[in-house]
Amino acid sequence: METGNKLQRNAFALAVISGCVLIILLAQFKVINLYIQSVIMFMGINIMISTSLNLVNGNMGEFSCGHAAFLCVGAYVSSITSVLIMAPNDITGAPFLPPELAVLVFPISVFVGGVVAALAGILVALPSFKTRGDYLAIITIAVNYMVISGIENLSVVGGPRGFMGMKKVVKSMYELADIPWMMIFVALGTIFCVLIIRRYVSSTYGKGVNAICQDEIAAEIMSVNTNKVKLVTFMLSSGLCGMAGGLFAHVVGYVNPQSFNILKSTEAMVMVYLGGMGSLSGAVISAVFFTFLLELLRPLQILKWVIIPFTLVLLMQFRPEGIMGNKELTDVFPKLRKYCRFK
Amino acid sequence: MEVLIQNIINALQWGSFYALIALGYTLVYGVLLLINFAHGDIFMVGAYIAFFLVIFMLGNIGLDPGITLALAVPLTMILTSGVGVTLERIAYRPLRRKGAHRLYVVITALMCGLILENGNLALLGASRKRFPELLETTVYRFGDVSVTNLKIIVILAAILVFFFLQFVVTRTKIGMAMRGISYDKFAIPLMGIPVDTVIVFTFILGSGFAGLAGLLFAMSYPVLEPYMGALIGWKAFIAAVVGGIGDIRGAFVGGFLLGFIEIGVVAIFPSTMRDLFAFSILLLILWAKPTGLFGLARHQKI
Amino acid sequence: MSLLKVEHMTQNFGGLQAVSDFNIELQGGELVALIGPNGAGKTTIFNLVSGFYTPTEGSIRVNGKDTRGMRPHQVTALGVSRTFQNIRLWKDMHVLDNIRVAQHYRMGYSIWDAFARTRNYMGREKEIDRISWKLLEAMNLKEYAYEVPPNLPYGLQRRVEIARAMSIQPQLLLLDEPAAGLNSRDVEELIELVRWIHDTFHISIWMIEHQMKVVMSLCSWIKVIDFGQTIAEGTPEEIQNHPQVIKAYLGDDTI
Ligand SMILES: Nc1ncnc2c1ncn2[C@@H]1O[C@H](COP(=O)(O)OP(=O)(O)OP(=O)(O)O)[C@@H](O)[C@H]1O
Ligand SMILES: [Mg+2]
Repeated sequence: METGNKLQRNAFALAVISGCVLIILLAQFKVINLYIQSVIMFMGINIMISTSLNLVNGNMGEFSCGHAAFLCVGAYVSSITSVLIMAPNDITGAPFLPPELAVLVFPISVFVGGVVAALAGILVALPSFKTRGDYLAIITIAVNYMVISGIENLSVVGGPRGFMGMKKVVKSMYELADIPWMMIFVALGTIFCVLIIRRYVSSTYGKGVNAICQDEIAAEIMSVNTNKVKLVTFMLSSGLCGMAGGLFAHVVGYVNPQSFNILKSTEAMVMVYLGGMGSLSGAVISAVFFTFLLELLRPLQILKWVIIPFTLVLLMQFRPEGIMGNKELTDVFPKLRKYCRFK
Repeated sequence: MEVLIQNIINALQWGSFYALIALGYTLVYGVLLLINFAHGDIFMVGAYIAFFLVIFMLGNIGLDPGITLALAVPLTMILTSGVGVTLERIAYRPLRRKGAHRLYVVITALMCGLILENGNLALLGASRKRFPELLETTVYRFGDVSVTNLKIIVILAAILVFFFLQFVVTRTKIGMAMRGISYDKFAIPLMGIPVDTVIVFTFILGSGFAGLAGLLFAMSYPVLEPYMGALIGWKAFIAAVVGGIGDIRGAFVGGFLLGFIEIGVVAIFPSTMRDLFAFSILLLILWAKPTGLFGLARHQKI
Repeated sequence: MSLLKVEHMTQNFGGLQAVSDFNIELQGGELVALIGPNGAGKTTIFNLVSGFYTPTEGSIRVNGKDTRGMRPHQVTALGVSRTFQNIRLWKDMHVLDNIRVAQHYRMGYSIWDAFARTRNYMGREKEIDRISWKLLEAMNLKEYAYEVPPNLPYGLQRRVEIARAMSIQPQLLLLDEPAAGLNSRDVEELIELVRWIHDTFHISIWMIEHQMKVVMSLCSWIKVIDFGQTIAEGTPEEIQNHPQVIKAYLGDDTI
């Protein structure tokens, strides 16, 4: 079904890219202040977290409650990588590389964080061959606690006090050229993450994920290698989340284990729920909305954490399938289909 | 040797707390196949209810500590069950009626937990509450081993609750309905008991014993704070699953197992390693026996 | 070399012997039926052949390959496809996707291809699309391509499930009670469909069926089991008059 010309079919992608460029330009010319910049960056990071969890909880119908574990692994690994290479530190002393190379080393460290987080994903993927549903949920919770507790016991990376030094790496990027580097990297990471997931779930290979969700036995007997698909999906999900962790750590400039506890995992689940399980556009929309809501209610301090859950409970009573249900934007507004390439 | 026995007693005490909380998860799960993530916070609420009751009875009425304790036990249990049942009525039941996906009910439960924790924090502030002493501590000494009367009470309470529940589940009509309901929702009305009654009864039992655990916990570790239920709740939940969720024996075995693992780890390693080891061991058990120690794999008809 | 060779296959579930000493050999191209009272172990035999269970004893060979230790998707890739007693379509995927996913065994691209949308990926996806549409057309399902299964009448759902099984291009098609729950007109259509598949693709079809009308008008060979034991086999005429079969079905007037 070829509709419209090439320009029209790519209109959506172009709109997204120009939107990102616009925001970055606004940041460059100081039209938006640092606070708004950081909120926008958190939106990007939260999009990565919610879309990656949506892959497992929404598309695959598993019930992972410990997504923050992978965020944690990614954050720590990428921070350690970048700090050890680029910044003076207690362990290796002077930096290995001149500060100009930070711009190269940083994305690589984020990627390394993603790869290690993907490997950590195997910890959850392997039990999923044998068991699913609530038993897998426990395993993910246990993994979340294990990761946090493990890091708290690693005094080399600061133990419970946390790990820092990423600010120096980020600073050397700004010294090289005064452009909003972090905004650029977060934008790239977000686009990369959504694009990869989009391509994965729309391929015939990735549709095997939905097949597993809806009827695993039928999937297996209809030639889907369920174990392999699960392994790939878990690793993809945790890997992308790990990259989000790497970005997060460098945006904040400091990480400590307790910022990746079950509450963080709950936030991720809430975003997936809000968007509607299995809906990629829903996950994106809800991440943006949720980040916005968190910032809006920040002045309320602790009451924020009463109001948000309360709103969600109410929302669930009225719309028990999330914002988008399991539909995509293009299902709700079929006209959009003309503007984004489907196959 | 004395150290060992001392540790065993401590393990039994912690195991009792875990077991009392775990059974709430297990009961609800057995009936609704719902992980009631708010349960750890119901335990916390139980402890606070006990606190206010005790303060009121000791201070405002001026009752004797012994009578206060005797009154506090049933009152705490009743009031805490009220909290559990309220949650089920206003949050879970409407969703169930609408046939919402299970994940949404679970998230609702998580949100209710957050509301309880942070609502408490917002209402009462961050200062910790000190639980008054109700029971004069008596220390029994057997050689070098010393046991307080409180520890014995906690352990005895857990054992009593276990036998009570076994009796309810195997001998009473409503208990049998609880067991049957998750297998066949439609057969239960045939027994003459409305499904909702069974569900409410389940929440009463689970939350009531969480209240009891809250009271006993507050007496043993008399500092209360709003997040006290979070970690202990998650752990008890994992214990319930390791035992085989849906089975009362599983909850108790899992709870005590966790108690022993934790005390054992702390006896050998630095105490910061406790969670790491405890969770790793539980994970290994689940790996080897994915449906828990007492859980039965339900075979799926093809 | 025979297409399917099952020798001395036995399956125990705890104390229950659901299938005992079952034997069958298919050369390819035949239409066979497996009948027996409820709980006789028929579905279990299909589960064993399609690799979902591993037999307690005995062997299953597909085209000479022993399937012991294989996972079901590997057995499927050898050319054994099936439908289920209770329809197991993927309910939230439209008919076209249901057919497409069953192409997993010859995907022909890696996930890296999918991420990068390489030429290989685009080519393969086009090919999968083409194959799926062709099959839908052949099975008269084209107009329902974008419907989700729950919106289709039961008879059509059965047809979609058979189409999905066919998209694997099997050499052996196992049908588990394909006529169950169909009205008499649907049953006529089903008989036509099975005959058409058999004539067009020259594959072996092995079906479990309670409706004797279907069995008698399609199958040239019938195996009867009861309590896991093979109690008779033969042509439809032989089976109809077999004393033990009549005994096993006593009180059951389907025969
Ligand atoms: N996974 C399993 N675990 C335990 N018992 C099983 C299992 N699968 C089947 N059974 C038992 O094996 C016996 C045969 O079951 P099967 O489903 O093969 O019967 P069937 O011939 O297909 O009957 P129907 O006509 O009702 O479909 C039954 O008693 C059933 O309960
Ligand atoms: Mg059957």
